[in-house]
Amino acid sequence: MKTCAQTISDYAFRSLGYGERLLPRSDFTLCEQFTLIGSGMIWNIYFGVIALCTGFFFAVALAMGKNSATWAYRRPSELFIFVFRGSPLFIQFFFAYFLFLSLKKNYDFFDPLTSAWLGAVIVLFCNTAAYSAEIFYGALRSIPKGDIEAADAYGMTGWPRFRRIIFPTMMRLAWPAYTNEAIFLFHATALVFFSAFPARGQKGDALYYASYFADKTFNPFVPYPILAFYFILLTLVVIWVFGITNRRLNKHLPQAATAKLRVRPNLIR
Amino acid sequence: MFSYCADPSTLESFRWLSCYLTTGVHMSFYKSFLLVLALLAVTAPVALSFGFLGAMSARSHIAPVSWLGKGYIAIVRGVPDIAFFLFFVIALDQSFELIKHNVVCPDWTDPIRQGNDFLVCPQAKVPLGSSPEYVHQLYGFMLAVITFAIVFGAFAANVLFGGMRAVPHAQLETAEAYGMTRRQIFWRILVPQMWVYALPGLSNLWMVLIKATPLLFLLGIEDIVYWARELGGTKTSKFSAYPHPDWRMWYFLFLLVFYLSFTKVSEVVLERLMRRLNKGQATAGGEALRKEAAA
Repeated sequence: MKTCAQTISDYAFRSLGYGERLLPRSDFTLCEQFTLIGSGMIWNIYFGVIALCTGFFFAVALAMGKNSATWAYRRPSELFIFVFRGSPLFIQFFFAYFLFLSLKKNYDFFDPLTSAWLGAVIVLFCNTAAYSAEIFYGALRSIPKGDIEAADAYGMTGWPRFRRIIFPTMMRLAWPAYTNEAIFLFHATALVFFSAFPARGQKGDALYYASYFADKTFNPFVPYPILAFYFILLTLVVIWVFGITNRRLNKHLPQAATAKLRVRPNLIR
Repeated sequence: MFSYCADPSTLESFRWLSCYLTTGVHMSFYKSFLLVLALLAVTAPVALSFGFLGAMSARSHIAPVSWLGKGYIAIVRGVPDIAFFLFFVIALDQSFELIKHNVVCPDWTDPIRQGNDFLVCPQAKVPLGSSPEYVHQLYGFMLAVITFAIVFGAFAANVLFGGMRAVPHAQLETAEAYGMTRRQIFWRILVPQMWVYALPGLSNLWMVLIKATPLLFLLGIEDIVYWARELGGTKTSKFSAYPHPDWRMWYFLFLLVFYLSFTKVSEVVLERLMRRLNKGQATAGGEALRKEAAA
């Protein structure tokens, strides 16, 4: 019988391929389940953080594009947003994986795309960019007319006007909804290894290990609540981090006018 | 299907394709689209009634009932839905078997959880091991519907709860002044008026529900994702009259287009419904309609 400390040192980074190679096969202890599912959370956090950080910039660009008066900017942005918001993420994963697979067959260069660390991140990036762009677009449309008129009166145009007036106001208005989008994205990362992307060498995410335990013990009442515990923890961290940013964005406003961060996670995409 | 399909290897591309797309397995593929539509048709009303019950109990003045309602709404929202799908399928299956086990064979003494196994007496299997294949499929489908209804019921409960709170309070006070009881106020004043406030949320939920249907695949049902993977895979001439390379990409592209058009159509229909409901309402939407009519 191994001690819990031993288990943690064996399996804490199992999802990345370090430590014990074989997963436990019988007599699962609570400690093993907690450690392995927690180890899988590394992937969920990785997918979520990378997709959010990169998707943010693309989303701003898409929102500006959708708001543009020029046809050549507006149509492609609208189409992109429609395609990624109108279809299930699950199908997007499948399609992207098989697309990458056929690309790989023709050019070796595309090899990394078929593994989750890059391929899935690209899909999540496009997906979150589309959803966030719609949020930012909505915020862009509700920027008070007076703010923009004031900027015009000061003679601000182009980049300075965007950087100093439009962008900060847009962020302030969009932030509560964007927080939900972030929570929602972290939940969506659980889909990766259940669509086409293979978990090579049993290096999977939290849900992968949770369903491994549920299949082996035929008892869903232990691993899934553990998974739920980790995800609720992650959700609370996201709310905390975004709350700090929200306070910073609203720092100069009178306290009563500050929009309360209301958390309403939506579900599947 | 067609008479010229007897020997596919001799056909030229267009006829070959027409034969290929009408084989028996493709018919099963098309049928699975009906399965998705059936799931939506059954789940949506069931989830809505679950949501209604949830919202009603969340509004209750009896504390434990209200906690139950609010807890139901909160817990499903904090955790990835896919985890719930995987959880409920096993959990529901086991609880059905356990209940039946206690009824059918009460004098069974062996423990039910033996190490890694879940063993009930053979008569308590749901469905029975001897029952025909379609019963197993139907049972799987029913489990999927219940799972979807539980998860989406929580979301609907959240939306309806918000809709109930958005009804102007003066309306309820007026009803009270007329001497209506709490129950009368709920059914005659609150419920008819809440829909217009709840509809944006419900239509969003409908979109989300459409986009959740591919998860049927994870519940072990032969749905469109299953068939797209089966049919698209590489077929050699040894096993199939229609050999082709890996076409899974194209099958999933087709599914993508199917879902896109489905959500687009829903969007248009829901927009119309919203316009109709907004007529004469004291909301921003109703105001816009009035202005439109005046102009």
